[in-house]
Amino acid sequence: MDLAYGPEYETFRGTVREFLALHWPGSGGGSERSQRERVAEFRARATRAGYLYRGVPRRYGGSEQEPDALRAAVIREEFGRARAPMEVPGNGVSMLVPTLLDRGEEWQRERFIPKTLTGEYQWAQGYSEPGAGSDLASLRTRGELVGDEWVLNGQKIWTSAARSCQYMFTLVRTEPDAAKHAGISYLLVPLDQPGIEIRPLKMITGESHFNEVFLNDARTPADWIVGGRGEGWNVSRTTLKHERATIGSGSQAIFESLLRLVRSVTRDGRPALEDPAVREKVAALEAWVWAQKYSSDYVTSCGLKGADPGILQLLNKLLATEIGHEIARTALDLIGDASLLEPFETREGRGAPTLRRGHERWMNQFMGSLGNAIAGGTSNIQRNIIAERGLGLPRDESGK
Amino acid sequence: MNFDLSEDQRLLQRTLDDFLASESPIARVRELFDRGEETDPAVWKGMAGLGFVGLHLPGPVGGAGLELLDLVCVAERLGYHATPGPFVFNAVAGIAIALGGSDAQRERWLPGLARGECIASVAFAEEGDRWQPEQWRLAPDANGRLRGRKESVPCVGCADLVVVGLSGGALGIVEPDAPGVTRAGAHGIDRTRRIGSLAFDGAACELLPDGAAVSDRVRDAALVLLAADASGGASRCVDISVAYAGQREQFGRKIGEFQAVKHQLANLALAAEPCRALVWYAAHAWDHVREEAPRAAAHAKSHVTDRFLQVARDSVEVHGGVGYTWECPVHVWLKRAVFDRAFLGPPRAHRLRAADLAGW
Repeated sequence: MDLAYGPEYETFRGTVREFLALHWPGSGGGSERSQRERVAEFRARATRAGYLYRGVPRRYGGSEQEPDALRAAVIREEFGRARAPMEVPGNGVSMLVPTLLDRGEEWQRERFIPKTLTGEYQWAQGYSEPGAGSDLASLRTRGELVGDEWVLNGQKIWTSAARSCQYMFTLVRTEPDAAKHAGISYLLVPLDQPGIEIRPLKMITGESHFNEVFLNDARTPADWIVGGRGEGWNVSRTTLKHERATIGSGSQAIFESLLRLVRSVTRDGRPALEDPAVREKVAALEAWVWAQKYSSDYVTSCGLKGADPGILQLLNKLLATEIGHEIARTALDLIGDASLLEPFETREGRGAPTLRRGHERWMNQFMGSLGNAIAGGTSNIQRNIIAERGLGLPRDESGK
Repeated sequence: MNFDLSEDQRLLQRTLDDFLASESPIARVRELFDRGEETDPAVWKGMAGLGFVGLHLPGPVGGAGLELLDLVCVAERLGYHATPGPFVFNAVAGIAIALGGSDAQRERWLPGLARGECIASVAFAEEGDRWQPEQWRLAPDANGRLRGRKESVPCVGCADLVVVGLSGGALGIVEPDAPGVTRAGAHGIDRTRRIGSLAFDGAACELLPDGAAVSDRVRDAALVLLAADASGGASRCVDISVAYAGQREQFGRKIGEFQAVKHQLANLALAAEPCRALVWYAAHAWDHVREEAPRAAAHAKSHVTDRFLQVARDSVEVHGGVGYTWECPVHVWLKRAVFDRAFLGPPRAHRLRAADLAGW
């Protein structure tokens, strides 16, 4: 048992700190435009220094570093502390890029990866359909090769941020006569075309983050397919693995937000922190967060040694979901009547709703924690996976 | 960074697993359980012979000079196998004497403990759930004699000496066979670790000179070891329940094929599995991250013993009617879970302590 990163990594930490002190003196003020440029410039510099896009080859705009989980952890910690921008958020970097590196053609990588890394290309994920949620492989959107183009017809749903994306990676049925999973292909599709219609869906929070995407004779070039025809299901497994790794991250930050809330509210006219019931609850949550943190350190250590961490990895997402929900439920008790308010406000003519500044903002967290129980594989599906793959219980073959 | 057990620690666990599988299988545990015997002399002797009993004691007195994490490795496996006996309390008493005793006391008591020839226990609780050092009221009189009682003393029947918590957080050694001491067994629900009371009427008590300075730390070690027992027990409950669901048939199918059962078992794993790393950290902190050790110990004890009870309870449920019988072994762990949760104070007490320690 050795919790220290060791001298090599502490030296590296010093280097990262110096870099940040020099190049990220805080987000600063300035117009939105100059702010965007500053962030882009910083990301380019941080990539050249080897801190961002470490797993992406230089020829595609990455920094091509040796895999090193501890260096990656040091970078996350130090960038987080300095509140410096990390990699461009979104599906493109977290899901499409690893998939292209794993399964894409050379020309696809050259064409799509560099601009995805800078955020110029943003990607929607076209997986779920109204009739294909947890049972994703039952999807029915059709793709037919007509001449040198795929012609696509069907509907995708829960497509996050589709209106600000230029492209969509999507699963469509191209081999209607093949078995369920073997009939699916993984296609890249430009969204700005007459055959695509995007309609926002209003979520329970009041925001419209996800969308329906209708494909009516939408078109994409014949070679915008990743992997071969009928290999889409396997290609997409690479991507989902990446999404689960992202969603199942630690709950430390949300716990610290809860602590700040606890310190700022009163109960019966006295600071909430003086209430033994509140102290007991917060301590119970901290213990749970610690159990998660040290379990995650164990998984990381196994990764460093190439050892199998066992079932803990499969528990990751469900654990984070449950902790997040319990923290949000606790916050709901603490904010009192502010829980009666909507977390977002919409001003006439001001476009997207904005998060209010009062304690009612926690209602967004409360509803968001429900979203985590659904997005990226529902908690019930997670339990199936834990039981079947983790505990070795008989697999349910009814959907195969 | 390496947040994991060492090769030696894993080997230690494998050796102990092999030993317990052959010398203390569940059938043997059940025999002792039914007879209400709190320890198995052959198993204790065997463990002492393999060096498990004196792991943490200093080299000069015959121990192996290892750390709390090594003791945790043992306690976790004993929890897994529901091994009866005084291991945890004996270890805590040894820590108390090693940390708080004079040179003479260490030389007098520790070699026997290290060899397993002498069994020690701890007497902390007083009437009214007063477990913590600052709550102890029993005090020696001007002549160093004790009058009063200690409750919920584990392994009260087999201990050759008992480390007793005293007013002001002090610690003393009492020999239960000495004049002025009466031991009385209680109907402890956990028959693998039977409790009882010690009544003192002018009993001799040998004070540990640094007792008051180390009693919090001794208590913290005890919290971590109980949490380790609970973590091992919880993990066994998951294993037993999964095995049962894979073999019991209803409606013409293994019950483990039903999603309701799968989900219940997945929830058990979700509660049980992350406990182990929290216990490891608390043990590591006790030796190496002193400023965080008290809070980590409080978190480990409250969280892990709470989860163990939940997991044991649900394991009984997964077993259906059979689970409710004395014949089915699951209740042995259910009762150990109740013990681990209540002994040294309930989760609530340690959560409130953790909040104080965090400076909230």
